[in-house]
Amino acid sequence: MMMFVSRLFHARAAVAAAALLVATAASSQTSQDLQIRALAATCANCHGTDGKAVQGEAMPQLAGLPKDYLIAQMQAFRDGKRPATVMHQLTKGYSNEQIEAISAYLAARK
Amino acid sequence: MNRREWVQGVLAGGAVAALGGCATSGGTPSSAKVLVVGGGYGGATAAKYIRLLSDYSLDVVLVEPNPTFVSCPISNLVVGGVRQLPDITTSYDALRSRHGVTIVRDTVSSIDVARKTARLAGGPEIRYDKLVLSPGVELMFESIQGLRQAHADGQILQAWKANEETVALFKQIEAMRDGGVYAITIPEAPYRCPPGPYERASVVASYLKKAKPKSKVLVLDANPDVTSKAGLFKKAWSELYGGMLEYRGQHKAVAVDARARTVKFEVQDDVKADVLNVLPAMRAGSLAVQTGLANANARWCHVDWQTFESTAAKDIHVLGDSIQLAAGMPKSGHMANSHAKVAAAAIVAQLKGLEIVQKPMLTNTCYSFVSDAEVIHVASVHEYVAAEKTFKPVAGSGGVSAARSELEARYAMSWARNIWADSLG
Repeated sequence: MMMFVSRLFHARAAVAAAALLVATAASSQTSQDLQIRALAATCANCHGTDGKAVQGEAMPQLAGLPKDYLIAQMQAFRDGKRPATVMHQLTKGYSNEQIEAISAYLAARK
Repeated sequence: MNRREWVQGVLAGGAVAALGGCATSGGTPSSAKVLVVGGGYGGATAAKYIRLLSDYSLDVVLVEPNPTFVSCPISNLVVGGVRQLPDITTSYDALRSRHGVTIVRDTVSSIDVARKTARLAGGPEIRYDKLVLSPGVELMFESIQGLRQAHADGQILQAWKANEETVALFKQIEAMRDGGVYAITIPEAPYRCPPGPYERASVVASYLKKAKPKSKVLVLDANPDVTSKAGLFKKAWSELYGGMLEYRGQHKAVAVDARARTVKFEVQDDVKADVLNVLPAMRAGSLAVQTGLANANARWCHVDWQTFESTAAKDIHVLGDSIQLAAGMPKSGHMANSHAKVAAAAIVAQLKGLEIVQKPMLTNTCYSFVSDAEVIHVASVHEYVAAEKTFKPVAGSGGVSAARSELEARYAMSWARNIWADSLG
């Protein structure tokens, strides 16, 4: 019964509240937010949209991992301290500032 | 579920109803804020990411004639008989149900640049504020005498767009006698998927080595040498296939004789083979050419690299294999997905009055099977260089595999399933 009520609520909310929520979401968007999302999207081809990789695949899910851990791993790939097939080549294409921005973004995805 | 996800979930579910003011219920919409033409790696990704990056506030209509997305990457495994078409097929349903993209199953027959409208083959017209054109490549059958007819008769196939023809090519190879010859001809670069022909030759050799070991694979290349991952391909060929696979550069095909199963070359002697897989030169998809966007040698489309807006028409953004490439940039599915994200961010910025991304980035990772079990890759990272208004590979980044491996075969399949989900899921 709870499930049913919950679903019904969501269905109604979807139609009734969508326009309002669109306006709310849109107005909160900033240029900087867009920049970081576009940058982090360069990881998504292999690691999933917003770092949410397909379950069970070889590439790990990055969403929600601690920011410092992500920075450390990318730096370790770049410095050759962590063995890799491809990540040592890709991480060399990003600056420290970019790695930090990507890590902060992915860490905040849940 | 956090608030943002709840909001996005609600929006994805309700967006079509809430934003569909311009749509006729159940029919083709008469207008779209953003109209995406072509649902391949470029177009599908653009449709999804314009929705995502606008927080589901911009309505997107995608026009695509095919009922499902069939991936060119990995399709060589279908040609090699180790995967089936369903393994490389993804539904468009999530674009609609999760992301609120309106999907119109039709073909755009013409674009009126001045009026900003697109005419569908089915009749209706769609007005747009922004148009994203990702038409892929057109095979230039006329560049090889006799090829269009031989293709139409099903005698000489290309299978350079993944579909039933991919399966038909495998069936030709499967039906070949042991001791027969499979020959693939490669046009001069640039063409779609630089390592693709070499990967195909490899997986066909891998199949023949097991199934018909007296057979031979001939790689007849218009280019002077292997155009991608040359060292790794040649090492695999010599170590895995010995004399079974032969590579010949400087072989530019100019004519075919389907009945004699022969290819004629500009300079070299004719070659006869049991299965001929003849790839002609390619150019931007015909809609781009016909719309006047192919302003690079009448073959490819020049774009502004910060936005992927055509240099020939305002508010039309061109993506993927149909564009004139920047240095070190291949025509690949991964690259088209990357193009689409840069274009999506630029379109969202332009339509919502935000600042355009100053230094967009692109990545490319391209895996090639050298047998049914082992894989090699090439990877690169590209940054927009404002002073030169183009993309350049970041110095020191990128590279190829140290050696072919089964580990990278695992990564290749995971890459595929992740990029399909990123583009369409």
